[in-house]
Amino acid sequence: MSVVKTVTVKAGQPHAFKVFTAGFATWWPSSHHIGKADMAEAIMEQRDGGRWYERGVDGSECDWGTVLVYDPPNRVVLSWHLNGEWAYDPDPAKASEVEVRFIAEGPDVTRVELEHRHFERHGGNWEAVARGVDTENGWAGLLRGYADIAAA
Amino acid sequence: MATYRTDGLGALGDPMRRAVFELVAAGPKAVGELARELPISRPAVSQHLKVLKEAGLVVDDAVGTRRVYRVDPSGVAALRAYLDVVWDRALAAFAAAVENTPEEPS
Repeated sequence: MSVVKTVTVKAGQPHAFKVFTAGFATWWPSSHHIGKADMAEAIMEQRDGGRWYERGVDGSECDWGTVLVYDPPNRVVLSWHLNGEWAYDPDPAKASEVEVRFIAEGPDVTRVELEHRHFERHGGNWEAVARGVDTENGWAGLLRGYADIAAA
Repeated sequence: MATYRTDGLGALGDPMRRAVFELVAAGPKAVGELARELPISRPAVSQHLKVLKEAGLVVDDAVGTRRVYRVDPSGVAALRAYLDVVWDRALAAFAAAVENTPEEPS
């Protein structure tokens, strides 16, 4: 099972790639994080085998996963180690994968294709997530997020 | 007659159906319990539950004479709906950032 998204941006391929990776902190919505502390910034290391993680306002770090492929300006593949309790799970067999492809459609137009796959691997204890209905990262947050998008 | 997308996200498109789902997510409930907490009739609650069930978001069990609904424990459809939302938000923010960040000469 996968989620596939495409967005076309008015920028050259190298710039689009750079903002996605080096500029991760400038665009990732701060409401979507898994650490206990509020998120100060989200960081994606620019190398194969690098980390992507969040830094909390208290300075704590919380891993999200690994940069599996860092191939500028074409492609980045991330493993996302999330478990049913909405926390980091080090087991690679339970991680999902996010592949992002940057396709130049012109000097100033880039199509970005994102595929988030294998997320059924996170499964096992989604009832625990459902019980998190009152938390910002649980169902309440999800439904608010959906409502924001639906209203936009 | 309205037609519904049967994936998780489409099923959550209706505000009242989201409210039904949110109540079920908070704990297993029968149709009557849901109808008491919402400003809609039992048949309307049943209709929303049918759509949520078809979308794989909830499952139901017979408990005595009642039918009790709970979030699908495999949760994959719900997770898919969640991720659909996360990535829509994230990519919209990304597109805005790309177009608002000056391009450096390479």
